[in-house]
Amino acid sequence: MEGMKDVILEYVTKEYLEDDSEPLNYDTPLISGGIVDSFSMVSLKRFLENKYNIQIPDDKATPEAFDTVTKIASLVEEFVGKK
Amino acid sequence: MAYSDKVRELYKKQLEGILEAGIFKQERYIHSPQAADIEVEFPSGAPLKKVINMCSNNYLGLSSHPDVVQAAHDGLGSRGYGMSSVRFICGTQDIHRELESRMSRFLETEDTLLFPSCMDANAGVFEAVLTKEDVMISDRLVHASLIDGIRLCSAMTDTFKHSDMAHLEEKLKLHSDKRLKMVITDGVFSMDGDTAKLDEMVALGEKYDAMILVDDSHASGFIGKTGRGTHEKCGVLGKIDIITTTFGKALGGASGGCVSGRRELVEMCRQRARPYLFSNTIAPVVVSGVLKVMEILSASTERRDKLERNAAYWRKGLTEAGFVLKEGDTPIVPVMLFNAKLSQDVSKALYEEGIYAIGFFFPVVPQGQARIRTQISAGHEIHHLDQALDAFVKVGKRFDILGKTKQEIIQMYGM
Repeated sequence: MEGMKDVILEYVTKEYLEDDSEPLNYDTPLISGGIVDSFSMVSLKRFLENKYNIQIPDDKATPEAFDTVTKIASLVEEFVGKK
Repeated sequence: MAYSDKVRELYKKQLEGILEAGIFKQERYIHSPQAADIEVEFPSGAPLKKVINMCSNNYLGLSSHPDVVQAAHDGLGSRGYGMSSVRFICGTQDIHRELESRMSRFLETEDTLLFPSCMDANAGVFEAVLTKEDVMISDRLVHASLIDGIRLCSAMTDTFKHSDMAHLEEKLKLHSDKRLKMVITDGVFSMDGDTAKLDEMVALGEKYDAMILVDDSHASGFIGKTGRGTHEKCGVLGKIDIITTTFGKALGGASGGCVSGRRELVEMCRQRARPYLFSNTIAPVVVSGVLKVMEILSASTERRDKLERNAAYWRKGLTEAGFVLKEGDTPIVPVMLFNAKLSQDVSKALYEEGIYAIGFFFPVVPQGQARIRTQISAGHEIHHLDQALDAFVKVGKRFDILGKTKQEIIQMYGM
C-alpha cells in the first residue's frame, strides 16, 4: 500500500503541480483543494488503469474517491484485489 | 413567500463575506464613449472624473472611430434596429452573410458562422462537433468561456500544463485510442498576455491526427504582421481547424463573435450549436459597424503597428520603473502584485491619480497571482502612456513595491 501511495504521489506531483508549489502529502486534498480540476482527473484515472492493469468504472471515479492519495490508493486496491 | 427573510439573510452573509475579503467587484459608470480619455462616475453618485483608460480591450482604438460610428448609423437606417428572430427563422440579412465571408477572407479560413458573442461561440462549438467517443485536451489556462463550452460537451476531457508542448504530446499519446482529438487553446492568453505555440501545436496535431481550436479573441485584428491573429504570428495560416473570436474587443468592441474554420465543422455549428440556434441574431447596426472595421483593417496595418510600438514603450517603462511583469510581447501587460487586496488597493490609488486600471484576483487568475492587468491601445498617444507611467511610479513608491522581487512583495503583503 505504501509503495502504491508513493507511485500515485509521484505521478500527481509531476502531472499537476507547478514548480513553485508546496509539496503534497498522502492526505492533501487534491480536488476539493483545487490542485486537480475535474477536467484533468481523466489522465490520473487512465494512468492508474494502465499502471495496475485494472478498469475503474466511471461511477467509482468520483471527485470524492480521487480527493487524496490515500483515498485513491484504497480505490485502486479494491480493483487490484478483484483481479 | 419563497424569498423569505432566511433566504435573504443567507445571500446577504455571502455578499458580506466577499466584501470583507476585499474582493467585492464594483462597477464604475462611464459617461463618455470608449476611448483613451474617459469620464467616470465612481463610486456611484461621485462627481465625474476624467481618467486615462488602461484596461479596455479597445486594442485598435476603433470602438468610437467616426467611420465605424457612421457605418453603424447607416446600417441602422438601411437595415433597421432589430431582427426579432434567431438566424435560421428570419434573422439572417445579406450583411450577416457578407460579414461571414469577410471574416473567412481575413482569417484565411473556409467558412465562418456568427454568434451573439464569443462566449456563445465557445459554449456551442464543442457539443456541435464532438461526442463521447472523442477527447478534448485543453491548455490549463484557457478562458472561462472555453471551460464552460467543454463542460457542456460529452467528449472526454483532459488538460496539459500551460504551453507545455512535451506534456501535450504525452496527452496525445495517452488518448490515441479516441475517435477524434481536439487540442484547445487561447491564441493570446487574456490574463498573462503570452502567446500560444501554435506552430508546435499544429505539428503535434499533424503527427497525432488531432484538430486544433484556438480562441483568438485577444489577437484578432492586431497580432501578426497584418493583424490576422496568432496563427499569422506563428506562421500557420490555413492550418488551424477552428478559430473562435470576438467583435467585442479590437474589432469595434460592440458585441458578437464567430466560429471560423473548416467548412464541415462550421456547418455542424450551423446545424447544432445551441447558442446559434436559440439566441437572437446580431443586430444589423453591429454587423454594419464590424464590416467597416474590417474595411479599415484591410486597407492599412497602421493601427496594429502603432499598437505594437505603444505596447513596447509601456512595457519598457514599467520594467525600468522596477515593477514585476509577466513576460510577453502583446498589448496585455500584467503588473504582478500577488495579493488580492493589494491589487484592489493599488487600483484605487491609481484611480486617485487619474488612471483607470483594474485589479484581478482569484478566481479570475490563480490563487496568489493577483495583478493589475494593463492593456494598451492604438488609441493611446505617448502623452497618455507617460502620464500613466508617472502615476504607476508614484503609487508603486507609496506601496513600496518598486524594485522588489515576487518573494519580497509576498513577504510584505502575503499571498
